[in-house]
Amino acid sequence: MTRHTLSVLVEDKPGVLARVAGLFSRRGFNIESLAVGRTEYPDISRMTIVVSVDELPLEQVTKQLNKLINVIKIVELEPAASVQRQLLLVKVRADATVRSQVLETVQLFRAKVVDVSPEAVTVEATGTSEKLDALLRMLEPYGLREIVQSGMVAIGRGARSITATAVR
Amino acid sequence: MTSATSRQAQEPTSPRPGPRPKPAPPSGAPIRVTGAQSLVRSLEAVGCEVVFGIPGGTILPAYDPLLDSTKVRHILVRHEQGAGHAATGYAQATGKVGVCMATSGPGATNLVTPLADANMDSVPVVAITGQQSRPLIGTDAFQEADICGITMPITKHNFLITDPAEIPRAIAEAFHLASTGRPGPVLVDIPKDVLQETTSFSWPPDMRLPGYRPTTRPHGKQVREAAKLIVNARKPVLYVGGGVIKSDAHDELRKLAEDTGIPVVTTLMARGSFPDSHPLHYGMPGMHGTVAAVAAMQKSDLLIALGARFDDRVTGQLSTFAPDAQIVHADIDPAEISKNRRADVPIVGDCKEIITELIDAVRAEKENNAKPVDLAPWIATLDDIRSTFPLGYDWPDDGSLSPQYVIERIGKLSPADTIYTAGVGQHQMWAAQFVKYETPRTWINSGGLGTMGFAVPAAMGIKAGVPDKVCWAIDGDGCFQMTNQELATCAIENIPVKIAVINNGNLGMVRQWQNLFYGERYSNTDLGTHKHRIPDFKLLAEALGCVGLRAESREEVDGVIAKALEINDRPVVVDFVVGKDAQVWPMVAAGTGNSEIMAARGIRPLFDEDL
Repeated sequence: MTRHTLSVLVEDKPGVLARVAGLFSRRGFNIESLAVGRTEYPDISRMTIVVSVDELPLEQVTKQLNKLINVIKIVELEPAASVQRQLLLVKVRADATVRSQVLETVQLFRAKVVDVSPEAVTVEATGTSEKLDALLRMLEPYGLREIVQSGMVAIGRGARSITATAVR
Repeated sequence: MTSATSRQAQEPTSPRPGPRPKPAPPSGAPIRVTGAQSLVRSLEAVGCEVVFGIPGGTILPAYDPLLDSTKVRHILVRHEQGAGHAATGYAQATGKVGVCMATSGPGATNLVTPLADANMDSVPVVAITGQQSRPLIGTDAFQEADICGITMPITKHNFLITDPAEIPRAIAEAFHLASTGRPGPVLVDIPKDVLQETTSFSWPPDMRLPGYRPTTRPHGKQVREAAKLIVNARKPVLYVGGGVIKSDAHDELRKLAEDTGIPVVTTLMARGSFPDSHPLHYGMPGMHGTVAAVAAMQKSDLLIALGARFDDRVTGQLSTFAPDAQIVHADIDPAEISKNRRADVPIVGDCKEIITELIDAVRAEKENNAKPVDLAPWIATLDDIRSTFPLGYDWPDDGSLSPQYVIERIGKLSPADTIYTAGVGQHQMWAAQFVKYETPRTWINSGGLGTMGFAVPAAMGIKAGVPDKVCWAIDGDGCFQMTNQELATCAIENIPVKIAVINNGNLGMVRQWQNLFYGERYSNTDLGTHKHRIPDFKLLAEALGCVGLRAESREEVDGVIAKALEINDRPVVVDFVVGKDAQVWPMVAAGTGNSEIMAARGIRPLFDEDL
């Protein structure tokens, strides 16, 4: 099984998330990550869906997604030809004895501290899921109190826009 | 569900039945109407002639203007499931969109089975449901059910209307979605206060479906690729599915078959798309198909699938299905292509257009081809199998009436343009096998979902849509007891359907499997209809306002069929009391390969020898 990133342009209508999510579960696919947000067109939303499936089942799920009336366009984004980012917020145990070491790690990953208290710091980081996993591995020895992660968002490299061709 | 509750009675905004606006022709400047009037006008404008339904609390506002409509006939059914199957029968018989209507909550959930049924068989159906008023949605209000959420996986699309101004567009879009591309059911859910609010109506509305662009025109290159395979194949088979009937491509199919001389098999959903009497027709493939049709596919080197979807009941064990065949797969739904079996040449488009282009492409290809392939040896092989293993049946040893004989006689004695429907089970398979179908839309059944109880309400819809033709529902005693309440509707609404209850006193198909695979342990399949004669179908028919007849011996069969055919002012139910041990043959046991087809118990014509 390989990991695929699908960019799905949908009409901004009630229930569209349920339709898409329902289709994945109904056909036996596990969504690794999902992010929804607005686009440059007010009535179009964009979903970025990461799934781990083989090539043939992926073709089938893409075709089934395309059948949803509210789905306008689906593009698979190759990692090499796109920029892919996730946002991570993590609360790390960091009292005075280890705080400087924690901050060093944070800087190494070009992450930011967004909240401090005597016992802990909250770190914000963006990147690919591999980078965020690496950061978490480095912070783990200090004690990870709470982790929250967004879904992956991705955009193709270069000047072309997938929304522009979809709404023509 | 019909309980208009005190809660709804207290609502101050209920429309009073007062002076009603005259139905205006649907064009020109917007006019002021209620949401309910907008709904009825939209239905009129979109060409809806018949609605099957039951009113109730939340849909009540829509029923008031419906009373005045001269264009839309409402047929008051006895159960919403009946409304849904009737809409399906109507749609399958006429090719138009079938419409059903129900109230919120249980009314809407009773439509779930027929919607799932229509979805599996790609039938254009529009369901209109009432919903609780907008402020009550999400509060677990009386008769509230999230029917859009519930039907999401079993409809082509659905809408919850939150603004009365959206009603004309939603109805136009619903009919468009239901009837174009791969047809399917669409549900429109309308809150009660949206029906009551004042709004404006104008027709035609703009449709906004940016994500819906079905491909109907096939890709020329793919058609030429298919033509190349077709002219070079030594053992080609046209594997015809229900899509050919949906796209009215039967004439083109016949032309293609006769032009090329390629053998044809028609699936359960495609019976009637190609004449049974045609020498190139080798029958129905699949679990209970003819040995010739199954053998044709197993031995084929090229399957040309037209509007078919390689269903498990056709392919049997997928890994051993048609092992030597290349696949040309033509379908309007790209998701069907290579779903179960990889296609060598995929063609997305409408069957009628595809076959039309295929005819020309094959001709052109033949002109270029110096050495045309001689199909005579292939035809001879199949003719040999067909004559060695014809469809047939034995009379029961216990002297009881043969169910196959009854069905065969109904087919022989009824007019040529009779439309048949069936429930699900043994009687359905026998009706597909022993009635001969010559024209499309004369065989209408529940293929994909396999819905027991389909026959009676479907017959009602068929007869409502095509009143001048005879409509026989061939039903089983198990199926009949699920939905026979609609005979009251038929009797009152003057819909004279004919029902043949193939009464073997058992859930026959399940019993057959218990006989074959569960060591003859008959767990819960005896319905007692023989032992206790409960219910007495003849008396039940009469109680429901129908003529009740009965036949228990071979001698009586032709007589009661003739009598049933003479009655045209009331529905007729014939109780054919038949033996319980008759079985459906041939059979490919579930999970086994098609080459293990048994022509009859213990006879496996394709397994041992290589014909």
